[in-house]
Amino acid sequence: MREWRLRTPLREEDVVNLRAGDWVALSGVVYGARDAAHQRLVETLRRGEPLPIPLAGQAIYYVGPAPAQEGWAVGPAGPTTSGRMDPFTVPLLERGLKATIGKGTRSREVKEALVRCRAVYLAAVGGAAALLARHIVRGRAVAYEDLGTEAIWELEFADFPAVVVNDAHGGDLYATSPPAYARP
Amino acid sequence: MVVDSLLYTEYVDNVAPRAISVRSVEEAVVQLLRDCVRRLPPDYLAALREAEAREPSPLGRRVLRMLLDNAELAERVGVATCQDTGIPVLFVEVGQDVHFVDGSLPEALEEAVREAYRDLRKSVVRDPLLRENTGDNTPPVVHYEIVPGDRVRIATLVKGFGAEMTSAVRMLPATAGEAEVKRFVVEVVQRAGPNACPPVIVGVGLGSSFEGVALLAKKALLRPLGTPNPKPHLAKLEGELLEAVNATGVGPQGLGGVCTALAVHVESSPTHIAALPVAVNLNCSAPRRGEVVL
Repeated sequence: MREWRLRTPLREEDVVNLRAGDWVALSGVVYGARDAAHQRLVETLRRGEPLPIPLAGQAIYYVGPAPAQEGWAVGPAGPTTSGRMDPFTVPLLERGLKATIGKGTRSREVKEALVRCRAVYLAAVGGAAALLARHIVRGRAVAYEDLGTEAIWELEFADFPAVVVNDAHGGDLYATSPPAYARP
Repeated sequence: MVVDSLLYTEYVDNVAPRAISVRSVEEAVVQLLRDCVRRLPPDYLAALREAEAREPSPLGRRVLRMLLDNAELAERVGVATCQDTGIPVLFVEVGQDVHFVDGSLPEALEEAVREAYRDLRKSVVRDPLLRENTGDNTPPVVHYEIVPGDRVRIATLVKGFGAEMTSAVRMLPATAGEAEVKRFVVEVVQRAGPNACPPVIVGVGLGSSFEGVALLAKKALLRPLGTPNPKPHLAKLEGELLEAVNATGVGPQGLGGVCTALAVHVESSPTHIAALPVAVNLNCSAPRRGEVVL
């Protein structure tokens, strides 16, 4: 298993080096957003208005963290199912978003856009929420605060562990790895 | 009316009901929920350790190790094992000789959820179309059942919705048989893939009616791992289903491997001559459950 230490904002060469099945330890600012925030981001783009967060070279983590307990930056913060964000992802990739982090399969449209826009999709371990929260050292809601749980978060990652599922070359771990372990 | 007087006669002929304060129910449910969001069941952790030992996939083993470390951390520090604490689901079995006092039982259960979920994520919206967050994780989904005796048993599943959303019901025809049941169960697990946060526990309901079979599938998830269905033909089916599901290669988190599911539990019930209803309810890699008896 290859492992890369990366920091946001991501450069194109950071991204093209990654291959499906590699591990990444990601640091730097990552935006946390889920369903309602994505819907609003894309509506804002459609109206031609400016977005509340930068996209070029950035990463979005599909997460709605639990409230922080004393001494923690955020509460348990595991990934949510990425597929629900598929209908909103392509326009964000087209504006320079370099990585999305979640769990679960992506649509054909998203996978094609990852190749076209030179971006990657990473999976974090669903169900390891307390452990993952230890790799988030700062967190605050920065936009759409009225959405409460579903606001956009600015999170500071510190060696956050994730595995490359869809790389910028069409590699797809979910499609290629399970058949190797399947039995007739 | 005749019916009324018959009921009254039954009532006076029997023992006095046992009074249970809804306040004590509330306290017990707060404790139950608080424990169960922070501590995964020991039978599940044992199964996870066994899986780590036999999983040949390096990616899969790393995932299983992280899940074990996460469980240890959450319990030690006293935080939720997963940010998704579901919509609270309670199974309330009420002995028919119980009389609740000091207020309303449904209100006490709602209050217990409000209290126990105070420091957890707010994951419930009031209306599925209007999407306004209730702000306190109420109301819970409550299933009541009247049983013999004077006890109250309350069980809970705190269940993330990634796995919940991959669950399915199919009304198979009467003559479909075991082969079709197997095909459907494998189809659901395979289609769910990484979305259900494997390794999963597969709850299968067989029989009953459309809504009844879904409840059977969910109740199957309440059973501790390592306890097969007492009916031999269903225990055998559970073993065969586990084998079939793990032959898909989905593996931990869908990254490939042989530990896709740690258990398959089947619950069955009588059904109609026309049908073989099947439901599959998947539980994720943080399968929180617990029960309390009053």
